[in-house]
Amino acid sequence: MLRMAALISEKPRISAAVRFRVIRATLYWIGLGPAVWTFFLGLTDQLGANPMRTLEQTLGLWALRFLIATLAVTPFRDLTGISLLRYRRALGLLAFYYALLHFTTYIVLDQGLNLSAIAADIVKRPYITIGMLAFAVLVPLAATSNDTMVRRMGRAWSRLHRWVYLAAAAAAVHFLLVVKSWTMEPVVYFAIVAILLGYRLYKRLRGSRGNRRRKPVPTR
Amino acid sequence: METLATQGSVRIIWEDQSMFIRKSAAVRSSEITPQEVFLERRRLIMAAAAVGISAAIPKGGAVAAALQAVESRYSTDEAPTALKHITNYNNYYEFGVGKEDPAANAHTLTTKPWTLAVDGLAARPTDFHVEDLLSSVALEERIYRLRCVEGWSMVIPWVGFPLSEVLGRVEPLGSARYVAFETVLRPDEMPGQRAFLPALEWPYVEGLRLDEAMHPLTILAVGLYGETLPNQNGAPIRLVVPWKYGFKSIKSIVKITLTEEQPVTSWNRQNPREYGFYSNVNPEVDHPRWSQATEMPIGKGLFAKRKPTLLFNGYADEVAGLYAGMDLRKFF
Repeated sequence: MLRMAALISEKPRISAAVRFRVIRATLYWIGLGPAVWTFFLGLTDQLGANPMRTLEQTLGLWALRFLIATLAVTPFRDLTGISLLRYRRALGLLAFYYALLHFTTYIVLDQGLNLSAIAADIVKRPYITIGMLAFAVLVPLAATSNDTMVRRMGRAWSRLHRWVYLAAAAAAVHFLLVVKSWTMEPVVYFAIVAILLGYRLYKRLRGSRGNRRRKPVPTR
Repeated sequence: METLATQGSVRIIWEDQSMFIRKSAAVRSSEITPQEVFLERRRLIMAAAAVGISAAIPKGGAVAAALQAVESRYSTDEAPTALKHITNYNNYYEFGVGKEDPAANAHTLTTKPWTLAVDGLAARPTDFHVEDLLSSVALEERIYRLRCVEGWSMVIPWVGFPLSEVLGRVEPLGSARYVAFETVLRPDEMPGQRAFLPALEWPYVEGLRLDEAMHPLTILAVGLYGETLPNQNGAPIRLVVPWKYGFKSIKSIVKITLTEEQPVTSWNRQNPREYGFYSNVNPEVDHPRWSQATEMPIGKGLFAKRKPTLLFNGYADEVAGLYAGMDLRKFF
């Protein structure tokens, strides 16, 4: 995939490969910026009255944002012809890293490693249950995100990674359920996830009705 | 510190420091430290305010003024939460649903003049002008714990007076069993009241049983940290019921009505399954979506530890009798 993209898109091959690596590295560094920055603000007492909660919520929100970015790659290509497929793995992994940090903040800083309280939360609190579900789904996806697994798993890999739809839906619902009242922000995020998932459902329904294969998408 | 400066706190008089010296002869050593911390903080605040004299006064915002108050035996010995946290971490949905929205937006509320109408089942229904009211009551400093239904807590040095003072003056009729409260409705001054997706039905309303309202712990607060209330904390006059979750302590009150029927309350109307009329702090009765067993103290940094929540927020000795024989799971 990688090599192909490099072959097709640019004449001087080496510079294209280098450019891809540079962009990808930049994406990781910038992508992890909010986490590093927020944690720094927390350590230096600049996160306000309830720094734990602010850190926890910021990390969770960025996990959802990167999930959305991951899901937006395909519709974006269909609409504009611009393929960012090469960067989708980085976006997905960033979503996972943020989910992991969000989860860790909840376990360690919020609940103070009180395992019985955490267990009770997971069983009794739907928004925690759903949040845990989202995270649990992301773990195998992150674990199988390397080239070796992509090669080894073949078609099963694509099937497995479609579970990201469930993770995104669960994350959006988790956000909706955590707030005290209906507020704008979680509703907007929920709507974005709904549109991105709805788009896939629509494509699938249309495809099966017409019983024809998707047209090849131009690479440029 | 910053908060004070932006409030435009021009003048802070604190002549009578003796009010902070406990009269009790038997002072435990554990009490001394918080007290000193408190005085030290006061001194720092005064210094900061002196620096902040040149700070811009926000348009429409009231200038915080010093209040004279006597100490109360109902105050806790716990060290108060820092003023900057009390004034920058608020749930006041009329000014936005974010915790820092009220601090940013509440300056648009005009709090002078302010009339508090007390009516309903009373022999002498009265419209009180808040400034007149203040000159006719003995203000007390009440350092109370505050427990939010969301699972965090503060310690707040309120300045106020018992609600019973006002209720007594209007002479409740024998038929009065409840007290209803109403927040001001001013969409042009309160952005949350004109939001596209309103968080609650406006105006905000709350209620207490008459005996709860008459309890000496129940106060109308007009200040905190020795000064008039900042707008985001419910200026110019608000309720404080320390043994109930924070949302019961309604802000910026314009109307108090004595009623025979249990009044409608905002959060109960919004979600009756999650928020009851009583909403007494109770670690045994969980919110359907989260546990109420512990609370996160505010202002203790990133690595703050949760602490156990106490029945009636630690005021059980004073108020448990109000609920004798009641099933607190049913009447949550």
